[in-house]
Amino acid sequence: MTVVEGTQTYGASSYEVARIREDFPILGRRLAGDLPLVYLDSANTSQKPRQVIDAIDDHYRHHNANVARAMHQLGAEASAAFELGRDKVAAFIGAPSRDEVIFAKNASEALNLVARVLGDSAVGDRGRIGPDHEIVITEMEHHSNIVPWQQLSQRTGASLRWFGVTDEGRLDLDDIDSLITEQTAVVSLTWVSNMLGTINPLETIIAKAHSVGALVVVDASQAVPQLPVDVAALGADFVAFTGHKMVGPTGIGVLWGRYDLLAELPPFLGGGEMIETVTMASSTYAPPPARFEAGTPPIAQAVGLGAAVDYLAAIGMDNVAAHEQEITAYALGALQEIDGLTIVGPRTAVDRGGAISFTLGDIHPHDVSQLLDSRGVAVRAGHHCAKPAHQRFGVQSTTRASFYLYTTREEIDALVSGLVATKKYFGN
Amino acid sequence: MSNPSMDVDSLYQEIILDHYKRPHGAGLREPFEAEVHHVNPTCGDEITLRVHLDGETVSDVSYAAQGCSISQASVSVLNELLIGKTVDEGMSVLEAFTELMQGKGKIEPDEDVLEDAIAFAGVAQFPARVKCALLGWMAWKDAVSQALVTTNSTTGETR
Repeated sequence: MTVVEGTQTYGASSYEVARIREDFPILGRRLAGDLPLVYLDSANTSQKPRQVIDAIDDHYRHHNANVARAMHQLGAEASAAFELGRDKVAAFIGAPSRDEVIFAKNASEALNLVARVLGDSAVGDRGRIGPDHEIVITEMEHHSNIVPWQQLSQRTGASLRWFGVTDEGRLDLDDIDSLITEQTAVVSLTWVSNMLGTINPLETIIAKAHSVGALVVVDASQAVPQLPVDVAALGADFVAFTGHKMVGPTGIGVLWGRYDLLAELPPFLGGGEMIETVTMASSTYAPPPARFEAGTPPIAQAVGLGAAVDYLAAIGMDNVAAHEQEITAYALGALQEIDGLTIVGPRTAVDRGGAISFTLGDIHPHDVSQLLDSRGVAVRAGHHCAKPAHQRFGVQSTTRASFYLYTTREEIDALVSGLVATKKYFGN
Repeated sequence: MSNPSMDVDSLYQEIILDHYKRPHGAGLREPFEAEVHHVNPTCGDEITLRVHLDGETVSDVSYAAQGCSISQASVSVLNELLIGKTVDEGMSVLEAFTELMQGKGKIEPDEDVLEDAIAFAGVAQFPARVKCALLGWMAWKDAVSQALVTTNSTTGETR
């Protein structure tokens, strides 16, 4: 076994990265040239512990059936397992009711769901969204929290307005009073930026939005995996996130929404299991969450996601967050020692998540990531589905290293020496 | 190296790095009959490319490109290879290059046709980079097709 750092103490409990790594079979993989895998792409997708892999395996081996509609014993077991996944997720995010947890295919679908149904009916204090309304997003959003709002704006005639980003990579709050006004119907923003790493001051924005009667949608794709989340305390109206970035499987995302709002909203997709009754003339719809879950849902994925939140809860999200903070601070320090490396985003670990995007001289990020890959170091290169944020900083693309509960200092050191070698290779 | 396909030196041939550091014919020039703008949506690499035809001959290919070493070197090689050739000859080179790129490393490149472009044989073993190598070539194909339409529609006009 590779030697990794010893026990870290965060608060009262101890955190052993080495022990955590043993739960993730893929971290033991060797790559071409018999090199150990250094996986620094967790903001893209996280690796999976055997507890999650085993839960999915066990479900398919012993309990597989369709849910809600199969009257046999396996059907009952599968339905119970699927709904248990919902209970676990609801508890994990502090949802006041399990019926507020809607399973989608990913965070993109969850955000599309909200943007679509908000345009399809009157909701909240605003009436139906129309040309007199404004939707406010930010320059640091992932494309999945930009495009659905652009589409909503095209459908309804509402204007789309943007929070800017400061040079440091923070949300520019100077314009908050002119951006969020009586015309604002929806404010949608990311909790933790997938590119800059910035953690946004949600409390301020939610308070402002609610003071003018606007709804708040939070893209928590990078937040739920690495921060303790309590949606009731947060006070937003909708929160979207995805399973695969939080040690869970792909194919399942979550939309949490306030029950009174969900109960008012029309369905997103039509189909099986989202109805109350169907006649040839018309249909009536099931109450939430079923109303928003047409067709066979991601059953094994819900079982896997349930196992994932069990896994994270057992470690403790405070500990996960503390480790993320510690490893990010270490990486920020080490990376800034490299001559010619520029971090795009906050340069200190204050209010910052574990994704660090950077440029390395004029070496293209594809070439950087290719060289790192030849040394077994996996990072992401490109625009990270955040083209407006890249444009804001005048760069076409960046290289991004991102960390998670299993990341070690030794892996950061491998990244740093890989970057130094990359500079040499391209003669910089 | 146990898996030669992951040998990064087979990707970054000396010729490729030379073209990357000293690109041939970079910059946008007049005259031209067609200008195209192509992007690689997965990475955001982009190129603006112009073609100037003199009858059947490709008399200039000028470009402004933003991208990785592979995409930059590839358009530089294209510039060197295709200027002075007829459109038909250029299309044959394009065909050979595309075939090499899509051959997953199984195609033996013909040096007589591809000249410096044979250095890109290694790229075919890195599926993620094939699009980078093809960006400029696809732009050239598009621009030439448009230039031919322009030239044909103004047949008889003297230059």
